[in-house]
Amino acid sequence: MSIIDDTRLRPAEPSRAVVFWNRYRRNRAALLGLVLFAVVVLMALTAGLVDPGDPLRRAGAPLTAPFVDMATPLGTDQLGRDILSGLFYGARISLLVGVVATLVAIAIGVVIGALAGYFGGWVDDVLMRITEAFQTIPNFVLLLTLVAILGSKIEWITLAIGIVSWTAPARMVRAEFMSLRNREFVDAARNLGVSNTSLIFREILPNALPPIIVYASVIMALSILLESALAFLGLGDPNYASWGNMIGQGRAVLRTAWYCAAIPGIAIVLTVLSFSLLGEGLNDALNPRQKQ
Amino acid sequence: MSQDRQDTAPILEIRDLKIALPEGSDRPFALDGLSLRVNPGEIVCMVGESGSGKSLSAGAVMRLLPEPHVYVADGSIHFEGDDLLAKSEAEMRGIRGNRISMIFQEPMTALNPQKTVGWQIDEVLKLHMPAKRAERRKHALDMLARVQIPDPESAYNAYPHQISGGQRQRVMIAMALALSPRLMIADEPTTALDVTTQLQILKLIRELQREDGAGILFITHDFGVVAEIADHVVVLRHGEVVEQGPAAQVLNDPRHPYTQALIASVPDLAPPAPKPLSDSPVVLKGTGLKKTFAARGGLLTGKRKAVTAVKDLSFALRRGETLGVVGESGSGKTTVSRLVTRLLEADSGAVELDGADLLACTPAQMRAMRKNIQMVFQDPMASLNPRKRVVDLIAQGPIVHGANPAEARENARELLELVELSPAAANRFPHEFSGGQRQRIGIARALALEPKVIVADEPVSALDVSVQAQVLKLLADLRDRMNLSLLFVTHDLRVAAQLCDSVIVMQKGEIVESGTAAEVFTNPQHPYTQTLMSSIPGRDWTPPVRNTDAA
Repeated sequence: MSIIDDTRLRPAEPSRAVVFWNRYRRNRAALLGLVLFAVVVLMALTAGLVDPGDPLRRAGAPLTAPFVDMATPLGTDQLGRDILSGLFYGARISLLVGVVATLVAIAIGVVIGALAGYFGGWVDDVLMRITEAFQTIPNFVLLLTLVAILGSKIEWITLAIGIVSWTAPARMVRAEFMSLRNREFVDAARNLGVSNTSLIFREILPNALPPIIVYASVIMALSILLESALAFLGLGDPNYASWGNMIGQGRAVLRTAWYCAAIPGIAIVLTVLSFSLLGEGLNDALNPRQKQ
Repeated sequence: MSQDRQDTAPILEIRDLKIALPEGSDRPFALDGLSLRVNPGEIVCMVGESGSGKSLSAGAVMRLLPEPHVYVADGSIHFEGDDLLAKSEAEMRGIRGNRISMIFQEPMTALNPQKTVGWQIDEVLKLHMPAKRAERRKHALDMLARVQIPDPESAYNAYPHQISGGQRQRVMIAMALALSPRLMIADEPTTALDVTTQLQILKLIRELQREDGAGILFITHDFGVVAEIADHVVVLRHGEVVEQGPAAQVLNDPRHPYTQALIASVPDLAPPAPKPLSDSPVVLKGTGLKKTFAARGGLLTGKRKAVTAVKDLSFALRRGETLGVVGESGSGKTTVSRLVTRLLEADSGAVELDGADLLACTPAQMRAMRKNIQMVFQDPMASLNPRKRVVDLIAQGPIVHGANPAEARENARELLELVELSPAAANRFPHEFSGGQRQRIGIARALALEPKVIVADEPVSALDVSVQAQVLKLLADLRDRMNLSLLFVTHDLRVAAQLCDSVIVMQKGEIVESGTAAEVFTNPQHPYTQTLMSSIPGRDWTPPVRNTDAA
């Protein structure tokens, strides 16, 4: 027994969170993404402290350039609204739209993809034809239609963005499920008498999550862009300061006061960039084998 | 003998080879001080368990290590007197495939599925042989004929998926031999093949090598194969050579305790003395089981040809007994294990467990019945959910069947001790265990429900032989102690001989022979069973009398 003993345990490994963080921080760009993301969250959280009033009220002379008046450090737009405070309150809207729309898209996608991938057969056929029907309509056109029907309240816009973005995650979840459902551990659990619902959500789904989490960051970035695009076309919710709204209104004075559109534009670029980098870092940390 | 060995000029001589692993690996050197020589006309077998560094040594000779992470740190490799380590990459390209060739384990992945067999052999010839197209074609056809492929002309034009696994391996050998290399490196060339094919391939390698007088470095984990083919044996453990010498000496009179333990782990072919025929009640009974796989066609493609996996299978398993289901790949033995547990739905037939027909149960009834019939799976990597802790894996069954979660977890810890694992294992995840340990966890999970029958589908085929012996011993132990009935599916006749009371032999979905293990193994009746028995590698070699405490 002493020569070849198989029952002795290897030394314990560090916990999953530690391993995850060690892998994540190896990617410098991902760390930058994390910092940018933290800045946006911080902006959203401190908006009320930076400017306790309504960001849409008049705060100074219209079209003040940045760094001229200390009361409005980043200048004002053509209605005299403070761009800095718009930026902070806009972060709230962007994050809200990004997170909620992503949750909606992922929830629909997971349910449809999981059912299609797990059961296969006619369930798969029906669900995938529906998915394809959605995929054949260009995202943005569908979004415009939905907003036209539902109206441009921020809640409806968010929901509509979620509804137009679920097809890609659904296909992804389906592919993951199709490969995972034939793995022996699923048979093993079924053999213990585990029900289909538990098999789907407790056995397979946790194993299918890493690529979904990574893709969620992409959807989040896309949702923010979609919301901005809607606002740019004047279909955003006019009751909230959003970066898209600011660009849309700044467009009218682009030649004389470029900063009205450029400053929120930079904010969008950096936020979307942060999600992309975050997603890449997550991918490295969650699917370490893919890169080697 | 060993004096003669030293006198001839070796084809390959490796001295004090050290291969460094990247920092943070479990040991600094994959190979630490490997010395060996391969003489002309000699087959040198390198034996070791997984992780012993045997495949990396082949990579070092071919200069195909994944540098810079893994590199030769010290030592020398001389091929026909030339220092291989000093060669440039361009010089190595001239040597690889031409003077040193390689045969891989898995012929399906080593051949390009997009190209015909002929194209792939021609590619090798084009690189190293200045000859016209027609001449190369003739040479390739000659090679295919030499490796005894039935119809070389049609094999030449076939794609890899159109020929059988054994034929693919023959093609690999034809490619390796095409340019009459001086040295062939065969990395587990028969591991992926069935026994009957394996024997043919081993014989072929032996014959061809006798004709050409080339040297062969043969890497394997299987002592049966060693007994079949080796002239000289090198035993590796954790990258160190523990023993080397002539095959007869290492096999029959091993010196090092590790070699002794390894050889003692090889299951004996002779079945243990038969137990008196028991008259205990039948627990599990299959009648007229049938399963056909119909490939589902698309909307426009229509139905494709159906494949019959199991036709009209009947068996009976008595309490406390082990029934072995033996057969080669494609015989339908795995399908049997899944039909019985209803992981696959049978087309017709009945499976009675204590008189109740499982196949007639509704899904809800079946879920409740499952606690009586549990399964141990083949692949210990794949059969444990990687996201669950061991204690939850084991306790899952009882909890599903209504046990108090806290109690079930407590029981799970006790079960870990029963399968000889430390209770500290309970809070870990499956990836932190070795293959054998994972299989023990799988057994504990099956036992947690206190089943009447355990279906084991190739439970040890993914394990190293020493580990295999320990897991088998544990299974046999538990079976005797808990009066379990075991349906044991395996392709390995040695394993079946050791563990089973009775055996059914399957070929192409049908039972060709059944009886007690002693009968079937000592006096097989059906020609197919006879072929199987005579194909077991090393069947003429009986492992030396073992020190009982070694394994």
